[in-house]
Amino acid sequence: MALQSLDIARRSATTTPAPGVRQTTEVAKLIDVSTCIGCKACQVACMEWNDIRDEVGSNVGVYDNPADLTPKSWTVMRYAEVEEKGKLEWLIRKDGCMHCADPGCLKACPAPGAIIQYANGIVDFHQENCIGCGYCVTGCPFNIPRISQEDSKAYKCTLCSDRVAVGQAPACAKVCPTGAIQFGSKEQMKDYAAKRVVDLKSRGYDKAGLYDPAGVGGTHVMYVLHHADRPELYKGLPNDPGISPLVSLWKGLAKPVATVAMAAVALGSLFHYVMKGPNEVSKELEDELEKEDAK
Amino acid sequence: MMRNPKDLTRYDAQERANHWLVGICFILLALSGLAFFHPAFYPLTQLFGGGVWARILHPFIGVVMALAFLVMFFRFKSLNAMTPADKEWLSRVGEMIDGNDHNMPEQGKYNGGQKMMFWAMALCMLLLLVSGIALWRAYFSFPVDAVRLGAVVHAAIAAIMIAMIFVHVYAALWVRGTVRAMVYGTVTRAWAKQHHRAWYRQVTGKS
Repeated sequence: MALQSLDIARRSATTTPAPGVRQTTEVAKLIDVSTCIGCKACQVACMEWNDIRDEVGSNVGVYDNPADLTPKSWTVMRYAEVEEKGKLEWLIRKDGCMHCADPGCLKACPAPGAIIQYANGIVDFHQENCIGCGYCVTGCPFNIPRISQEDSKAYKCTLCSDRVAVGQAPACAKVCPTGAIQFGSKEQMKDYAAKRVVDLKSRGYDKAGLYDPAGVGGTHVMYVLHHADRPELYKGLPNDPGISPLVSLWKGLAKPVATVAMAAVALGSLFHYVMKGPNEVSKELEDELEKEDAK
Repeated sequence: MMRNPKDLTRYDAQERANHWLVGICFILLALSGLAFFHPAFYPLTQLFGGGVWARILHPFIGVVMALAFLVMFFRFKSLNAMTPADKEWLSRVGEMIDGNDHNMPEQGKYNGGQKMMFWAMALCMLLLLVSGIALWRAYFSFPVDAVRLGAVVHAAIAAIMIAMIFVHVYAALWVRGTVRAMVYGTVTRAWAKQHHRAWYRQVTGKS
């Protein structure tokens, strides 16, 4: 949604400040895993609102369908069967972009304006500027972006930036029949989550808590987890996600250091030439050879 | 073209063509690669028809360079074996840079610096090829940590390589009478006697 030019917080591969005169409220989606029934209405709503239809796959023996995120499936339910205190727990997590406050995809992206972070916290891919390099995939700590084999563009959940821009909740939140997906300001969502955590703790989930990982500056999609101490139980939700140090090095220190080093060698050569002069063949040698020829 | 029949042949036509194929590929790769490395260089993608085209073309040009360099490597490998005289030359390279090359030890077809450059470039080429394949998403798929490592290695080695090529090109421009060796294939006898005296003796049979 390029129309919201005043609401851009960060733009990929851009070294100058984004328009910043207007402050907007930070939004967040809260996914309460403890009240999710795994109906996949959110997956359907996502397909409908964004008007994309993935290939119809085949059953791979589990409820996960499609089995993974794809360029055409921006959210999927992941079903984990876990035994806790001798009881089976069916942990169902709606996976998709977390809309990090410090987005690794945006940091890694080399194409100006292909990834935008809005002031409200939504991280959006602008496919018209995407060059299909896949750097965003290396930047993401949650393994979310998918590169289409058809058009070589990167795709992921937009948090329905188009709906949010006009004051609507994302399609998945709108459709969720149990209220497991809530949407509002980030503050509201944290308050709501705190109440849910109190309730879960009263039901014996001592370690219940909010998943809003600090390693990526917090996220604009948060989870209420019954086992917040072990997020990896939920089909590999990372415990302490952060941008890979390799990506930080590559997109951080390496850029100025290498640029300055290359410029220094080029300028050093030029100044060497003007200060030391060219290395000419000596006149003496030339004369010597001419004399030899004359003999 | 032989400017003077007494000039010495340094490179034959195949060697020159091989060198320039690598050189042209390198320039195109440096321009498109820098565009992906730092936003300041992104406008260079326009030379290739935009960002998407630069991304598509870069790896193919890389493959051509790798193959052309491989041929060049085997062409010049044996001429670049290090000798004690090369080490002596390298230990006194400061005098050379200072512009005072008269007392430098006698060198064969290549001096110690050129030989170091040859081996360093061969190593860089290998690392660029391997890391580049890890990044080539259109045809390859590797675990994300391998791709992350590949990206760092590719960027770092490319920056080193670009700096080395600056030195390589500058050395050719600085030492007058050198560029023609890679353009016409010949150098003057005086040039050879001054810079590569052992080679001069070898090809002329004179002292």
